[in-house]
Amino acid sequence: MAKYLLLKHYRGAPAAVNDIPMDRWTPEEISAHIRYMNEFAARLEETGEFVDGQALAPEGAWVRYDGEGRPPVTDGPFAETKDLIAGWMVIDVDGYDRAVELAGELSAAPGAGGRPIHEWLEVRPFLTAHPTVTE
Amino acid sequence: MDEVLLRRLTPGVLAVLVRRGADFAAAEDAVQDALVEAVRSWPDDPPRDPRGWLVTVAWRKFLDRARSDTARRRREHLVEEEPAPGPAPAADDTLQLYFLCAHPSLSPSSAVALTLRAVGGLTTRQIAAAYLVPEATMAQRISRAKRTVSGVRLDRPGDVATVLRVLYLVFNEGYSGDVDLAAEAIRLTRHLAAAVDHPEVAGLLALMLLHHARRPARTAPDGSLVPLAEQDRSRWDTGAIAEGVAVLQAALARDRLGEFQAQAAVAALHADAPTAGETDWPQIVEWYDELVRLTGSPVVRLNRAVAVGEADGPRAGLAALAELDPALPRHTAAAAYLHERDGDLAKAARLYAEAAHKASDLAERDHLTRRAARLNARPRR
Repeated sequence: MAKYLLLKHYRGAPAAVNDIPMDRWTPEEISAHIRYMNEFAARLEETGEFVDGQALAPEGAWVRYDGEGRPPVTDGPFAETKDLIAGWMVIDVDGYDRAVELAGELSAAPGAGGRPIHEWLEVRPFLTAHPTVTE
Repeated sequence: MDEVLLRRLTPGVLAVLVRRGADFAAAEDAVQDALVEAVRSWPDDPPRDPRGWLVTVAWRKFLDRARSDTARRRREHLVEEEPAPGPAPAADDTLQLYFLCAHPSLSPSSAVALTLRAVGGLTTRQIAAAYLVPEATMAQRISRAKRTVSGVRLDRPGDVATVLRVLYLVFNEGYSGDVDLAAEAIRLTRHLAAAVDHPEVAGLLALMLLHHARRPARTAPDGSLVPLAEQDRSRWDTGAIAEGVAVLQAALARDRLGEFQAQAAVAALHADAPTAGETDWPQIVEWYDELVRLTGSPVVRLNRAVAVGEADGPRAGLAALAELDPALPRHTAAAAYLHERDGDLAKAARLYAEAAHKASDLAERDHLTRRAARLNARPRR
């Protein structure tokens, strides 16, 4: 068993094959896309592999500590940030091959023209608990 | 309410229902219903024969469900039949459950979940917490697993090796909720060892006991890993060690060596050393040679190279390591350690940092980072 994070990017990932932005899709294409995503999550819940999935707003700010007794400093948002995460899904699967298989399915979500977006998703393994037997 | 007693009785009750001909998935549901009723009614009205009570109530629940199902489906002959006669009457019912829950048609994670639920008697919520997944996900994983094995006939003994792999996974992997998975794995393996006469079952039980014995010394109060050589051996559980060694010796005397017995033998040699310096490394290397012969596993070869480094010096260990694929997990960590022992501290520090970057678990990464930091902080000449 291993947990993986499937990361979806607004920006920063290599260009998708069907790279037309969502605001230029038809409303039906948007609905079809959302339905695909929901069904994908529901299917993973049924296979016992779903852990969590969330979408993120593109707006955000940088925050840091600014010393004792002072409020945190905020900055941004920076429109030019290279890497902008759009959302994630966490899965719990038997291994890396299955994680890649599922990321491939998620990347096939339909976009403009009802054709798969072929979007690049980032697959990242979680660090695990320490095994008992190591020697 | 004695939860431990309830959990100990669960697999036997389930096995009786299955032997009487109940479909596994339906039997499991019925036993869960009976457990819920036991939790409700036992505090006021404790039964004289808890197991008999559970069998009676679970069987009634099963029939109730089956009847309402059949009424719906108009297939009444199913329940009107007498319970089917079981397989060989002498066969241990619970043993068959172990085989079913570790059936090769299940993925490892499904087999683990089903074993903990049906044999271990844990709740779905407890299993979900132990593996850090939502309860709904774990419920689905378990019910799919039940459906997968529902058609399997329990008329032939399964392969003990599949059961051992599942129990080893329970022992070795997983996080922790309110359930101690390692202790649970030991409990289930102990029960299995009582039901089936097989030296590898004993070997796995010994392996678990010997590693579990070191647990109090394995982590510092801040949660960081303490390597074997630096552990406070007075904190090892001598009772568990004595039991593990006795179980292992009895198994080895059968002269049917297997992977788990050989691994347990390595653990026993560590347990036997009053101080790290007195460890019998040459004998440990011999056991690793056996393990290489038994498994051919590259991970075993890696551990062997480290043991060679202790027995014959770090140069010999590095030479053994050089024959292995550098992409192996923990290869860099082993190289860092051997270079440190060899006195090449700058190289060791660099390799520790690299190994930390490649580590697949958090405690290991932090440990390797600390070792790199300690070497980097030494006075420079």
